[in-house]
Amino acid sequence: MTRWIGQNRGFAAALALFLALYLSYHLIHPRGFSTAVLVQNSNELVAIGFVAMAQTVPVLLGGLDLSVGAIMTLAACVASWLLDGSPVQIALGMIATLAVGAGFGLINGLIVVYGRLQPIIATLATGAIAIGLALLIRPNPGGTVDGDLNWALTNSIYDFAETYGIANGGEAAWLQPFINIPVPLILLFGTACLVWLPFKRTVTGRTIYAVGSAEGAAFASGLPIDRARIAAFTLAGFFAACGGLYLAIQTSTGNADVVQAGAYTLNSIAAVVLGGTALLGGTGGVIASILGAMILRAVSFYFRILDIDPLLQPLIEGIVLLAAVSAVAFRTFRVKNQLELFR
Amino acid sequence: MQRPIVELSDVSISFAGVKALEGVDFSCHAGTTHGILGENGAGKSTLIKIISGVLKPDYGTIALNGKTVSVSGPAEAADAGIVCMFQELSLIPDLSVADNISLQRPPRRLGLIDKRAQIVRAEKLLSRVRCEDVDPRAMVRDLSLSRRQMIEVAKALGRDPKVLILDEATSALTQRDVETIYGLLDELRDDGVCSLFISHRMHEIDALCDRLSVFRNGHHVETFAKGERSDAEIVRLMIGRDVTAKFPPKPAPRERAPVVQLDDLRWQDRLKGISLTLGRGEILGIGGLDGQGQKELLLALFGVLKGVGGTVTVGENSGLPPSPHAAKTGRNRIALIPEDRKTEGLMLSLSIADNIIAAALDKVSSGAVIDRARLDAAVQDGMDRLRIKAGSTEDAVKTLSGGNQQKVVLAKWLMIAPDVILMNDPTRGIDVGTKQEIFRMMRALADEGKSILFYSSDYAELIGCSDRVIVLYDGQVVSELTGDAITEEAIVAASLNMQGEMA
Repeated sequence: MTRWIGQNRGFAAALALFLALYLSYHLIHPRGFSTAVLVQNSNELVAIGFVAMAQTVPVLLGGLDLSVGAIMTLAACVASWLLDGSPVQIALGMIATLAVGAGFGLINGLIVVYGRLQPIIATLATGAIAIGLALLIRPNPGGTVDGDLNWALTNSIYDFAETYGIANGGEAAWLQPFINIPVPLILLFGTACLVWLPFKRTVTGRTIYAVGSAEGAAFASGLPIDRARIAAFTLAGFFAACGGLYLAIQTSTGNADVVQAGAYTLNSIAAVVLGGTALLGGTGGVIASILGAMILRAVSFYFRILDIDPLLQPLIEGIVLLAAVSAVAFRTFRVKNQLELFR
Repeated sequence: MQRPIVELSDVSISFAGVKALEGVDFSCHAGTTHGILGENGAGKSTLIKIISGVLKPDYGTIALNGKTVSVSGPAEAADAGIVCMFQELSLIPDLSVADNISLQRPPRRLGLIDKRAQIVRAEKLLSRVRCEDVDPRAMVRDLSLSRRQMIEVAKALGRDPKVLILDEATSALTQRDVETIYGLLDELRDDGVCSLFISHRMHEIDALCDRLSVFRNGHHVETFAKGERSDAEIVRLMIGRDVTAKFPPKPAPRERAPVVQLDDLRWQDRLKGISLTLGRGEILGIGGLDGQGQKELLLALFGVLKGVGGTVTVGENSGLPPSPHAAKTGRNRIALIPEDRKTEGLMLSLSIADNIIAAALDKVSSGAVIDRARLDAAVQDGMDRLRIKAGSTEDAVKTLSGGNQQKVVLAKWLMIAPDVILMNDPTRGIDVGTKQEIFRMMRALADEGKSILFYSSDYAELIGCSDRVIVLYDGQVVSELTGDAITEEAIVAASLNMQGEMA
């Protein structure tokens, strides 16, 4: 345990910060500690959570992906055409949406590896292309999404079970301990646990960390660097598409919103940093970035319950973000050998 | 003789028009330890990079076990049983020791890396290199340089090498680790492994290798069995001329005005009350086993460490400089020649001129503007003074050989006209010729009245260069030797803290 904290100081600090922020939010909230508030908050977390996960993988390599917000938007627009009809059609629509995102990420990876471009500039361009495609398929906001799906995935487990009539419509005894958990949280953490944690334990996954930490050493050790790069961007595209898919289900529409895409990309970088992942690469992880996204969201929740002029919101958010990032980066004060700051 | 395990025929390679290897025929055999000798820039590193697949020759063929192959990368070379321990370590700092040891082919279960099996494997290999004290779960970045090098050895062993290449593998090691490696190489030889051993330490080559190959200026000069040539002959083959006195003569010991005085210097658990005096015009050597606080002592004096206790007087000032900037600009200017020239000494992709002037930009600028003419003059002065061999001062520093890179570091710090020069193993990985130039330079600087604090992991250098030697053990000064008392026996005894014999 002590070792874990020692090796994951950034994560531990972020966790403490989130708990402090979120618990006090519930204390102030008139309906604090209720399922309704938890469900609502979770719904607002999912899209940015997925996009932060997406951003994390290229950052671990030591690069930035400026297209994650755009891929999310593109995926949402694709999904808004495909998520209606029979259950089979909906399932295929979901798969197609995720495939579009992963495919776009794959193209990013191929461009970075074989085009030998800096990730930041390559993804700036492909991100614009993604937004362009999104505008082509959704010139105006709209679309239809299956109503049951929308209801089931944006509420608690109980509502999910009731909608689809599983576990006696949510009344089964074994389900009772879980009925208050919001489905969006399960989707977010479930994807992280089922996709990221196993991936991290593959040679390709470890190579991503190795490249971000010491690229020359990774090469000299004969690790599959190109494969890791391509996999990282593909995974980023996949996670971003998960975010887009959820956004489409949540809002029942597709909207090629350029401003929103940019904001999601930039917030994803903030979330990654807040989670303690080093922008230089090599340390951190996807779960930590979800935590970072949770901190970002927790800050914005306060504006709802405290009577603050909406015009001041960006200013205050900026200040809080700066303070939070500094708090996570507090290690620099404890370093006794100043040379270590540069490693 | 049996068929060679690795055979290079007529291999040539050049970088930016400069031939690094030219028409090289080279072969080595299973069950031998094959030493490769040559000055820096002779082509040794290039040779092993070709054998290990990092570089592709422009011309010529490589045969493994008699079959011509085209090795297209380190991964393929590793598959063929060629394992290389690079001079620049190939460890990933942000992964654990166990992860690093099993980096290429980790034990897997259900397709995923089996962390537990990996730790067991790491423990086994660590005990083979006598590093049981290293925790396989520790991050590599938290380990000292010498431990990392041993992890590198364990990693190489774990890959079941048929050809093991050690490039300056012992340069940062303690005596005990060096002996462990000697033992391992003997075992491997008995198992039929071919080890290629590159070192600048003649006595290591002497002790370990049974065949020697000498390289000079990109050519393979000669290969012979150990004992066929005397040391003097080998040195002549390497540099093509006779080497006379290795160290410049020392002046007679005398009283000197103190410049640096330390009393009870403490920092964390690395420095435990160090007191010393460094006189004007004196070269004070710091000895001892690796990691006894020598590096921390130098870093503390240069203002890198925070929270250092004890009293310090440098010239008329008391107290330590709070930062390297303060150290170099204070009334008594202090310079530090760092341990790792590639990260702390140089900005590798910048030009030689930019590097030389990096610490003394204020001397060649009026206000905020750099005066081009003064800069060029200063750079030229530095180049001449250190006799740096380079095509142009605008070339990137990384194009230079190790020895010339180190000269650039020295030139940079001499530019600020320091009063006190701290040297942290300044001759690590440098050829004999450059070493001698550096020793001469040090003595000349001392004669000008500079004070030099000199840490070296090579005892012969301490003995040859220093007016006085202090030996550190566990963060304390355990011995101080002057004049004729500076002998290898005395330093070794003090390094191992054998108090009884010292007294």
